[in-house]
Amino acid sequence: MKKNVIEVKNLEKYFEVNSGFLNRNKSIVKAVDNISFDIPLGESLGLVGQSGCGKTTTARSLCLLDQKTNGEVKFYNTETQEMDDIDNFDDANLKKFRRNIQMIFQDPYESLNPRWTIKDIILEPLNIHNIGTLNDREEAVKEILTTVGLTPPENYMPRYPHELSGGQRQRVSIARTLVMKPKFVVCDEPTSMLDVSIRISIMDLMLNLAKDLEVSYLYITHDLAVARYMCNRIAVMFNGKIVEIAETEELLKNPIHPYTKRLISSIPVPDPQYQRQEYELNYDELDEIIKNNPDDDMVDIGGNHYIATHDVKDSLY
Amino acid sequence: MSKTVLKVENLNMHYETIAGNVSAVRDVSFELKEGESFGLVGESGCGKTSVAMSLLQLQADNAKISSGSIKLNDEELVTKTEKELRKIRWKGISIVFQGAMNAWNPVVKIGEQIREAIREHYPNNSKEENSEKIKKLFDIVGLEHSIMNRFPHELSGGMKQRAVIALALSCDPKVLIADEPTTALDVVIQDQILKEISKVQELLGLSLIYISHDIAVIAEMTSNMAVMYAGSIVEMGKTSEIFSNPRHAYTKLLLESTPSIVGEKKKLRSLDGEPPSLIGDIKGCTFSPRCPEPSDSCKNQSLEMGLIEAAPDHFVDQCCVECV
Repeated sequence: MKKNVIEVKNLEKYFEVNSGFLNRNKSIVKAVDNISFDIPLGESLGLVGQSGCGKTTTARSLCLLDQKTNGEVKFYNTETQEMDDIDNFDDANLKKFRRNIQMIFQDPYESLNPRWTIKDIILEPLNIHNIGTLNDREEAVKEILTTVGLTPPENYMPRYPHELSGGQRQRVSIARTLVMKPKFVVCDEPTSMLDVSIRISIMDLMLNLAKDLEVSYLYITHDLAVARYMCNRIAVMFNGKIVEIAETEELLKNPIHPYTKRLISSIPVPDPQYQRQEYELNYDELDEIIKNNPDDDMVDIGGNHYIATHDVKDSLY
Repeated sequence: MSKTVLKVENLNMHYETIAGNVSAVRDVSFELKEGESFGLVGESGCGKTSVAMSLLQLQADNAKISSGSIKLNDEELVTKTEKELRKIRWKGISIVFQGAMNAWNPVVKIGEQIREAIREHYPNNSKEENSEKIKKLFDIVGLEHSIMNRFPHELSGGMKQRAVIALALSCDPKVLIADEPTTALDVVIQDQILKEISKVQELLGLSLIYISHDIAVIAEMTSNMAVMYAGSIVEMGKTSEIFSNPRHAYTKLLLESTPSIVGEKKKLRSLDGEPPSLIGDIKGCTFSPRCPEPSDSCKNQSLEMGLIEAAPDHFVDQCCVECV
């Protein structure tokens, strides 16, 4: 049995929205509504869905950037090799947890401090966690810059973010993330702001680093083609819920949920000869599954392919 | 044989900056036939938008067209004055800008903003006639008529982008330029907008210039295409021909670096390095520093760039033909 790096059970994140005169009307937005998934060590999960479906909120709750409303998140402890519940962490443990879980943000133009040099930016996490001597830290910065392909590192360390191109900046964010040698990295659309020609080199870099350093990714994207390239498994999210989760190739070849089908049919294909299938709303398969499994939230239809059974007929069009 | 609507010949455009002249568009020539859809693809900064802006002469103040001609139905546009150009913009050529949905005036209703454009070109129309026209346009792009009386902030991104397309069509243009109209949108909305543009193009018999960095979108939307690199067109021809039989090294790399959800999962190739600076004089092949297998003469920059017809209707930069 392979160990999981993270186990998420019934995660919920609600936001309270005030509106009306003197903010007296309160309503609740269920941004993340009862989702569960596991990621095995060294594997990557793609989280795919439309804008506003709750992908980023999920990521932020996992990293404890937002307090989750409900649910259980367990994280692999590298020392005891057990799963720790993140609710039980005290401050010291929390700091340790944060070493192992890191995040890469979408926009390399906004996520790097413009007044810091590249060296300062990458040194900061090492300083906060007090790792090694000052010399060790500088060596670590040089090493990680070389790893992400910014060579020679001496040329880049004294520079400021504005002196670098978009692709180079995203390499710096990756370096800052990986200098802590984390086990789990949440990537929030790390390549969507980048140009086509640079995108593949960043994706390849991340794949190679995953192999070498045994990192697992939660890879958030709205582009299924990118998710296919990066991930072992894909979870499709819709309106705050995961509607389908399966191995990448299985999901693309054999989608069951109507929303997954629609998502797949709307991805343009780089081949003028290829005729995309027209999307048709069809609930038959889903209804069949719901009828046979009235009590389950998620049904395994074989080969680790899960379908959500909640009713989507009102929200899907 | 359909007739040529727009003909661009040897267009050169540069921006005057403190660091020197940046040649953003270098010797670009192409033709657009009636009802045809033409794609321009390339990475950021390759001059796609600069070409679009030169066609409408909407370029920034420091941009100068140094030579070349742009003919719309045999009418030369480069030498026209600002006053004459105002008559052609929107009626002859109209454009859907990148991120245009954020270009709406936030305090004026959508309908009024479209009416404003129509009034400029058809001053004798009554208000009722204009409203009728807008309703018809909204039907075409799939918007409800009531949207006319809404403010921009009340609409979603996709609806705003549809309204921008209606605006672009409001003065019956012959040529529609779509400059990355879906970049800021979600995949599902992107799909709807692309279908809308194709439908409109077919319905009204428009000629379309579609600009994008996404080669998958170009594959779906266009019948002819050109690949741009560092300000010049390096390959041009039928879309199907270029995809099945790419000849330029840059086109090949571009095709091999695009992930797809159909077919075998394959290793993608990355394009290393960065596009060259376009400041000052540019000699020889601009792509050779990034080319995976440049020939010696290409590396020495002894070959000049320029399109030659490698196969019928398939134009490739001569440097790359001689390389291979």
